[in-house]
Order: sequence, then structure tokens, then C-alpha cells
Amino acid sequence: MHRRSLLATALAAPFVKPSIAAAQTAAPSRRETLLLVQEYGPNSLDMQGIGSAQPVNGVSLNCYDRLLRFKPVPLADGNGGTFQINELEGELAENWQVASDGMSATFRLREARFHSGRAVTARDVKWSLDRAVSIGGFATTQMAAGSLEKAEQFVAVDDRTFRIDFARRDKMTLPNLAVTIPFVFDSELAQKNGGGDPWAKDWLKNNVAGSGAFKVESWKPGVETIYVRNDDWTSGRLPSLRRIIARDIPSPSTRRALIERGDADISYGLPPKDFKDLADGGKVKVVGVPVPNALWSLALNAATGPFTDARLRQAVAWAIPYEKIMQASLFGRGIAMWGGDGKATTAWPQPYPYDTNIDKAKALVAQLAPGGITTSLIFDAGAATIAEPMAVLIKEALAPLGITVELQKIPGANFRGELNKKTAPMAINRFGGWLDYPDYYFFWNYHSNNSIFNISSYQNKEMDKLVDGARFAPDATSYERDVKGFIEMAFSELPALPICQPLHDVAMQKNIGGYQFWPCREPDFRYLTKG
Amino acid sequence: MRTVALRLAGAIPALIGVILATFVLTRVLPGDTASYFAGPTASAESIAQIRAELGLDRPLPEQFLRYVTALSHGDLGMSLTTGQPVLDDLAARLPASAELTLSALLLAMAVAIPLGILAAVKQGSLADHACRILVTGGVSLPVFFTGLLLVYVFYFLLGWSPAPLGRLDAFASAPPTVTGFFLVDSLLIGDTETFRAALAQMVLPVCTLSLFALAPIARISRASMLAVLGSDFVRTARASGLSPRAVILTYGFRNAMLPVLTTLGMVFSFLLGANVLVEKVFAWPGVGSYAVEALIASDFAPVQGFVLAMAILYVLLNLAIDLLYGLVDPRARMAA
Repeated sequence: MHRRSLLATALAAPFVKPSIAAAQTAAPSRRETLLLVQEYGPNSLDMQGIGSAQPVNGVSLNCYDRLLRFKPVPLADGNGGTFQINELEGELAENWQVASDGMSATFRLREARFHSGRAVTARDVKWSLDRAVSIGGFATTQMAAGSLEKAEQFVAVDDRTFRIDFARRDKMTLPNLAVTIPFVFDSELAQKNGGGDPWAKDWLKNNVAGSGAFKVESWKPGVETIYVRNDDWTSGRLPSLRRIIARDIPSPSTRRALIERGDADISYGLPPKDFKDLADGGKVKVVGVPVPNALWSLALNAATGPFTDARLRQAVAWAIPYEKIMQASLFGRGIAMWGGDGKATTAWPQPYPYDTNIDKAKALVAQLAPGGITTSLIFDAGAATIAEPMAVLIKEALAPLGITVELQKIPGANFRGELNKKTAPMAINRFGGWLDYPDYYFFWNYHSNNSIFNISSYQNKEMDKLVDGARFAPDATSYERDVKGFIEMAFSELPALPICQPLHDVAMQKNIGGYQFWPCREPDFRYLTKG
Repeated sequence: MRTVALRLAGAIPALIGVILATFVLTRVLPGDTASYFAGPTASAESIAQIRAELGLDRPLPEQFLRYVTALSHGDLGMSLTTGQPVLDDLAARLPASAELTLSALLLAMAVAIPLGILAAVKQGSLADHACRILVTGGVSLPVFFTGLLLVYVFYFLLGWSPAPLGRLDAFASAPPTVTGFFLVDSLLIGDTETFRAALAQMVLPVCTLSLFALAPIARISRASMLAVLGSDFVRTARASGLSPRAVILTYGFRNAMLPVLTTLGMVFSFLLGANVLVEKVFAWPGVGSYAVEALIASDFAPVQGFVLAMAILYVLLNLAIDLLYGLVDPRARMAA
């Protein structure tokens, strides 16, 4: 019975459902329709569900609302916007107030309606946040990152008043409400269709039950997703685009040809060389946003293998051909993370005080490993366009020091497994944290909790003390002291060698405006315009 | 009829072998499905939870038993990469691949067989040399390269071909599904506009694939035609004063068809596999690219489903070829 109903909903989902709204008003013109090309589309419509891929964030962003959202912050070049982690505005919340003891926040809800026509109530918010903290997997981990851990923390006071009781004072709690996980479902609709599952996982995977600015008109996994505007959306300015066609085009060469010929309006996920060519060519607009809290870095295992001595890690840091890597592997689409003056600020990421200086590197290696080192370096085959030339250049640069590196390209599915083993002596990886705080980055990457992203298995009690101190700092002064403290410690200890901060590039036609970057990196159709 | 039933029964052990082999192969491959799908900030607990949910923490024999039980109900499992049941995915994607492959095969046959015959009849002529060049080109140019080259010239530079956006332009809508072949379905409802749109999308990928399929067909046609033309019965026919046309087409061609037919079967089956790259370049929503995506993500169910579907297709194809043998050559019928 269960299997059959699952099959039936899944069979029905991928086909076009004629929308009533579209039939009543005039069909959206080409000028109100956006054609987006991307490598692959969503594998589910429920970002809280287990196994949801990166593009599902876009469904959450456009088809659902959250209590809060980040305020758009204009980019310096005027080509769009990014965000600032502490600058929030209400989405479903009309206003909100943190209690005087700092241990709870109360939200007054807007008069908003779900796509089903039902009013959004505090009970829906509670059900949705309860779901996020109980469903397991990524959703629950992400909620916990902002100290949102238990269903008891969420209280529906009355229909339009909602309260969150904080587990502890955590500066990440409110920003974490604006990411793509704690979005609000139409809980009655979901439960009605859940078929016995209290969280309606199978149904929500194939159906949108939200109040967001767009509805999904048709979804053919692996082929295309079509969104239509929800004309009754009141939780923000009504989007100017009325229809979005997102096609999955696996070949990057084809995606580039489509944008250059003018057939696609906006293209995601090209190799950096193509973005550079497109930006230089001037026919289309390329918007590159430095990804907040993200780094390409080379991790050297600090717990086992040849690089346990920090001075040897420093030797490698002096040997890396930073400029060459920036040109040959990133084609300039990044921000330099070398050549700093060694005085830490609270900014993150920031340049480390290293540069390419082979003599310094040679001297250190001659002193610490006179016999030379034979070791290996792993990188993700899925990121090979960037990581492979990077790895080759590192291998070449280390050879004169007597460090022989064997390169190992690991297929995507195995790469996480390799990282989890914690034995790789060298690894190239890109990490980006959604919550843009240096202590958040350090917590995941360089803390003794030894998460999968602490690739070098770096464990140091003093570092932990500073990271934990900053994470729950009572005031700005101690926060600043701890952040500068751990960054300076990273300068000399080098749990990982930063190479550059990546740019998130998107290519679009010149008549496309309003591009908005969010931590999840997916396109926000609510802000895009087509002139 | 009896032959068909016997042949199908004979295929059963092969299919069981395929099921077992794909199951074992996907499990021994390195790669951890659970940690891949656990997402960017997965903790050890959430990975374990996903593993349990997918049943990957069970012992292998138990996993196999579950898989076979589900299979006997026609359930191929769920794809994690598309989030849909594998059976639905394959059903939606197989027609796309089949339409592309069949069209390419027909085009390749239409060009290669006459060319091969012409080259055999007029050895050393211009046609023979043209055949040789085409064959060498078809064999040595990798499919993705030809595909990208065609896109570059006919879409990017000349603008003659529509945007390589898949089976239909983004603003067109698919015809109601009857066969799953857009060309057929659009004609069934008399929608010539969609037919033209679908056809236009197919031209470049079909040319790419058929260029690849051309080579073996043309070579075998030429070689087997040469062998037949040199044989005793053709000499007798010629000596009896039959017209060259009758000698070549009625006597020569029919006898030369047997090896060509065998090659066609082989070409068709490896075209189905080889169109992975064509599907990627032209964003064609077929089974090949589907299986490769799944393999990269260690997503077992689609890979197993794909191999099984291919095995069944291959069995049916072999059967069809064998039956065709009987039509072309009565001796083959007797032997069977």
C-alpha cells in the first residue's frame, strides 16, 4: 500500500500540472520568463530531507518563506548584492524582539498565505522548525549550528505570535533562521498527505507546500524545473519575473555556448577559465562574489605522517607557487590569501603572512627533513578543473625541496570517505561555511572536535580555548581578542595552508539585473529582473 | 514461436548472472554512498543514520535478498541522484535514448550500406576512397569531439541549428506520451510544429552518433560484398547474362547482408552505451548519462537498473537479429 501510493505520487509529480493562476491571467511573455542553465537541478523539493543536493536550496529559497532573511547588501561594482551575516529583516515575521535576558526571541507573523490559500500560523512555523531539528541528517546538523536543538525550544504563543527559547546565548541563532533550512511548510496540507509519516517526507519530496514567491509548475528531475510566480506573495516585493525555466545542461561547453549565443539568460557553474573568457569578452555580464567564509586550501596532516612538525608545514607554505596557481588553475577568479603582514584582524578569510620564497623553504626542509620526504596528495575528481592544476603545480614546486608528491585523484563519492579516514598526508579541499563568522570556520576546520573538515586532524587545546571563547564571547572586546588570537595561531601553526578565497561566478545577459548572492549560492528569482 | 520461447528461456541464466554481478560490483566499488549524500556538514551520527535508512548497514546477503525481493515486484529501488524510483526514471529516459540511437542507426545504415556496396562494386574509384576517408574519420574522431565540433560550427558559429537544450526548445512543450518518441508522438496528434522542433533538436546528435556508427557498417558492407561478388554463384549469374543490377542487388546484396546484420546488432548495442557522451554534450535526457551520473555518486540502484535494462534489451536484440537471419537466409532457419 505504502509503496504503491509512493509510486503513484512520484509518477504524477514529474509531469506538468496546469496551474490555475496561469490560466486566469495572460501567459507570461518571454520578457517575463527567465531561462537558466545549470549543471544539474534539484533531486528533491524538500531541503530538510535527507540526501537533498545543492540545487534544492534554490527550491527552499524561492518556493518557501522563512521567519527572517538576510538584508541585501549592494556589491561594490553595482552588479548585484551579497549579504551580511548580522543584517536581518523579516520575511514571514513582521517584527521580532529578543527578550531583555537575551534568552528568547518573539516573532510577530505577517498576514501571509500559503499557496493552498490557508493563512500562515505560528503552528505551521512550529511544525516546520520541529521537523528541522528532528528529521536528522544535514537539516538537524545545520539547526544545531545555531543552538536550535530541541522541539521544546519552539513555542506557538497564539496564531500570529511565535517564540524561540534559546538553549544558550549564541550569536548564530538568529542568522541561522535566515538560511535555507528553517523554512515554513503548510503543516496541515503536509500532514494530510503524509500517509502516516508525521513529517510527510515522501510527499514533501515531490510537492511544494509553502508560502513562497514561486510555485513549482513542473519538475522533471535531471531535465528541467519550471517555476511560476505566486501572484499573492506578500512577504516581500512581488518579483518582476513570472516564469523561470531551469534546464539541466551537463556539459559546461554547451552551457557556455548557450549563454554566449544569447539563448540562455543566466548560466551557473562554468569552469573559471570560461568565466574569465566571458568576462574579458564583454558580451555577457559575469558577476563574481567572493564566497564569504570560504577557502581553497591545502591541508597537511598534523596528527600523522611527515608534516606533524609545524615548521615543515611552514616550509611548504613558503614553497607554494601562489601566483601561478591563481593564474593557471583559477584564472584569476579568486582573492589572494598570501602576502599578509602577519598582523591578524577580525576579518575572515584574510591573507596569511607567506609568499613564494624557495630559499626559506629549502632552508627549513634541509634542517628538518634532510633526507627528503615521499608523500601523497589527494583531491576530489569532482573539483578537478580547479584542483588538478593546483595539485600539479604544488607537486612541481615541492620537488626541488626533496619532497616527492604522488597525486591521487579521488572520485566524488570516495572523497568524503577518504577525508573521514583522516590519514591523507596532504589534501586539497574547498570549505565554505554558511554562517559567516571566523569562529564558525575554525570550529569546523581546526577544532579538536575533529569534524570531517578538520582534514589535517589538527588538535590543540589552546586553539580550542580561543575558538570556543570567541564562539560564546560575552562582549565585543573579548570576541576580538579571541578571534585575533586564533587567527594568529593559525598563521604559525598552519593546520591548513590557505591558497585563495573563491569567487562565486555567474554569467548572465546584460539585460539581467538584480542578481543576489546568498550563503546557499543558489539563484534567488525574487530579486532578478529582465530589462 | 517455439524458437522464441526457447531463446527467451535460455536468456534467464544470463539475466540472473547480470543481476548478481551488478549487485556485487556496485558493492565492492570503493565509495561511500551515505557520506556522499550526508551533505556538507555531516556528523558521524548523521552518516550512520543515512546508512541505516538506505539499508547499507545490513550484511551483504541480506541486502541482496531485499534487492531481489523488490525486483520480483518490479521495484528497482530509488535513485538518490534524482530522488525518483529508478523504474520511472528509466521509463522516462529510455525512449529518449532509443529514439536517438535508432535514428542514428537508420541514418548510418542509409549512408553506409549503399556506400559500402558502391565501394565494393567500383573498387579504387572515387566512391571507394570517399568510403575509406569517412570510415577512418568515423573511427578515429571521438564522439564528444565530433559533438562539440558540430555544436561549435552549426550552432555557435552559423546559428543554423537550434540551441542544444535537450529534446525540445525550452519554450516548447512535449507531446502527450504514447511511445515516448517525440517524433512519433507529435505526429500522432498531428502537431507538425512540435515534430519539426523535435527533429531540429535531433539533427546534430543524430549526425554525431551516426558518424560513429557509420564506420563498422560501411566496412563490413564493403568487405562482405567483395567476398560475395568474388564467389562462384555470382560468376555463374554473370555468365548467365543477368543484368549487373540484378546480380548485385538480388544475388549479391542479399547474401552479403548476413554479416552486416550481425554488425548492426553489435553497433546498436554499443551505440546505446556510447551515446553517454553525446547525451552530455546535447543535454539529452537519456539513460546513458543517467547511469554515469549515478555511478559517480555511488548511487547503486540506478546503475543496477540500467545494467539490467541493457541486458534485457540486448537479449531481445539478439533474438530479433537471429529471427532476421532466418528471413534473410533460409539455411539459418533450418539450423535453428
